[in-house]
Amino acid sequence: MTEKNYLTDDYRLVSWFTTTDHKRIAILYFATLIVFFFIGGAAATLIRLELATPGPDVVSADTYNRLFTMHGIIMVWFFLIPSIPNTLGNFIVPLMIGARDLAFPRLNLASWYLFVLGGCITLYAIFMGGVDTGWTLYTPFSTLYSNSYVSVAVTGIFIAGFSSILTGLNFIVTIHKLRAPGLTWYRLPLFIWTLYATSVILVLATPVLAITLVLLAMERLFGVGIFDPRIGGDPLLFQHLFWFYSHPAVYIMILPGMGVVNELIACYARKKIFGYKFVAWASLAIAAAGFLVWGHHMFVSGQSLTASLVFSFMSFIVAVPSAIKVFNWTATLHKGTIRFDAPMLYALAFVGLFTIGGLTGLFLACLAFDVYATDTYFVIAHFHYIMVGGMVTAYFGGLHYWWPKITGRMYPEYWARGAAILIFFGFNLTFFPQFILGAEGMPRRYHVYAPEFQVWNVLSSGGASILAVAYLLPMFYLGFSLFFGARAPANPWGATGLEWRTSSPPPRLNFDQQPVVTEDPYDYAHAPEPQHV
Amino acid sequence: MSGIRRPKSRIWRPSTDLVLCWIGLLTLLGLTVTLSYQPLASFNFPVAMTIAAIKAGLVAAIFMELRHRSGVVCAFAAAGFFWLAILLWLGLMDFLTRV
Repeated sequence: MTEKNYLTDDYRLVSWFTTTDHKRIAILYFATLIVFFFIGGAAATLIRLELATPGPDVVSADTYNRLFTMHGIIMVWFFLIPSIPNTLGNFIVPLMIGARDLAFPRLNLASWYLFVLGGCITLYAIFMGGVDTGWTLYTPFSTLYSNSYVSVAVTGIFIAGFSSILTGLNFIVTIHKLRAPGLTWYRLPLFIWTLYATSVILVLATPVLAITLVLLAMERLFGVGIFDPRIGGDPLLFQHLFWFYSHPAVYIMILPGMGVVNELIACYARKKIFGYKFVAWASLAIAAAGFLVWGHHMFVSGQSLTASLVFSFMSFIVAVPSAIKVFNWTATLHKGTIRFDAPMLYALAFVGLFTIGGLTGLFLACLAFDVYATDTYFVIAHFHYIMVGGMVTAYFGGLHYWWPKITGRMYPEYWARGAAILIFFGFNLTFFPQFILGAEGMPRRYHVYAPEFQVWNVLSSGGASILAVAYLLPMFYLGFSLFFGARAPANPWGATGLEWRTSSPPPRLNFDQQPVVTEDPYDYAHAPEPQHV
Repeated sequence: MSGIRRPKSRIWRPSTDLVLCWIGLLTLLGLTVTLSYQPLASFNFPVAMTIAAIKAGLVAAIFMELRHRSGVVCAFAAAGFFWLAILLWLGLMDFLTRV
């Protein structure tokens, strides 16, 4: 007889849509995010198709504007920000800390409904004709001139923001209040530290975005003078408020990825994380310092030179805790017993791609270079190395690592390794040429370009098609594993951490008995041997 | 049914603290308005901001009940103000140093 678990607890559809089980809500988020990922990906495909040739072949200039706006809005707010926290985080956090659920289970479900509502409203705006402002919604274009569905899209983003706030709040209270006996702060897995730091940003920064979007709507709909200088406003105020949220939002995206990579590197190098406390506090340092650097997005906006110099200096500071993490991961690998399973391939790819993205970020933090590179493909390449090369790679790594725990099934390892390698190759072929294009001066957000840029654009579009196939692959073999994969044991990787002490998939209330923690995290010297090699 | 009266003990009444705090806030509001008409030169702004800060403190301590909360809750509330201060500080730095 099959033992009851959270998947077999109740098969009715209504039990899924009214569930307060964090694991099921994670699955609901996962399914929702897949939809948004493919919608955002479809826009990216059309963009790269258009850019395969210098002329306007596939879409008009106006449609192109709406495509890259749709790509940005969907990917940022409806995939990247919620991806790891709301799927893997929702599933794993209570298990990792030995709790039965999050602190506010109903609030957790409410956050998913808000997310879906916000997403539907945004999709309505997109399918009714879209938005042509770019995902940054800069004024005065968004308030005065754009004839697209700005207000509707802004309403969708506003509502989705509340979903973020509720999730952040839930994680903070859960991590403070529901840790298992013996699980002190310095015994917490680093994934929890990073999600804690992420949650702090979510709670502190997202309200500012909400206020900013309300102000934008007030000016657009009612003519209240906030950003329009003719009626007493200041257009740069929008950029200050927008980036006060949106720069920390980059850390909302990347910090959970860093958390996943900690777990993967420790497990597949069979070693304790080097400098645990430094890595833990580096997460909070990134969260805090991330709020001091937003002005580096505004170096050519008309912002004062004094402010630009201060923001430039601050931007260099935020590199320090990020570098601590990278150095500590490499030190962890040193003399480790490394296994190159699929999750580890993703983790190693993350470290390399994040480092390239981070270092090119330092180029852009430098005032003189940024003036040259602003609004070029160099910036596009830089942030895609962070958000896609970093975050999405970590997401796939985490998804493979915890897949046996989530589904109770093993995935086909060789297919997974192949997909990981293909993603790494496709990603670099897509985005590395864009560094060169940017350095040569190709501007972003144009659907036509000078013929001398074509070679690099063709390479980039070719890479994008490889990347698209590589992203589709896991859908097939993970889907296959759901039905035909071998049954997963409780701890197939021989990993440390409380989530591996319960069955795969876990029972409805996670643990049959309340776990008690008596050892430090990542104690791989005493960890069980991997059962599935 | 509208005719049923609740027992007296279950009727909610604002505590004396809340009433006093509300009166205090109204007094401070009056003070803000009064002082805004006084010719204090460059002191008008800092005086108004000081009164506003006292009002915010009263709301946080009394209405948000932070005075009865643990250190962690107070730390998070303080973080909200600290982050607001960052927004104002670095945002104003641009506006005040533009040429």
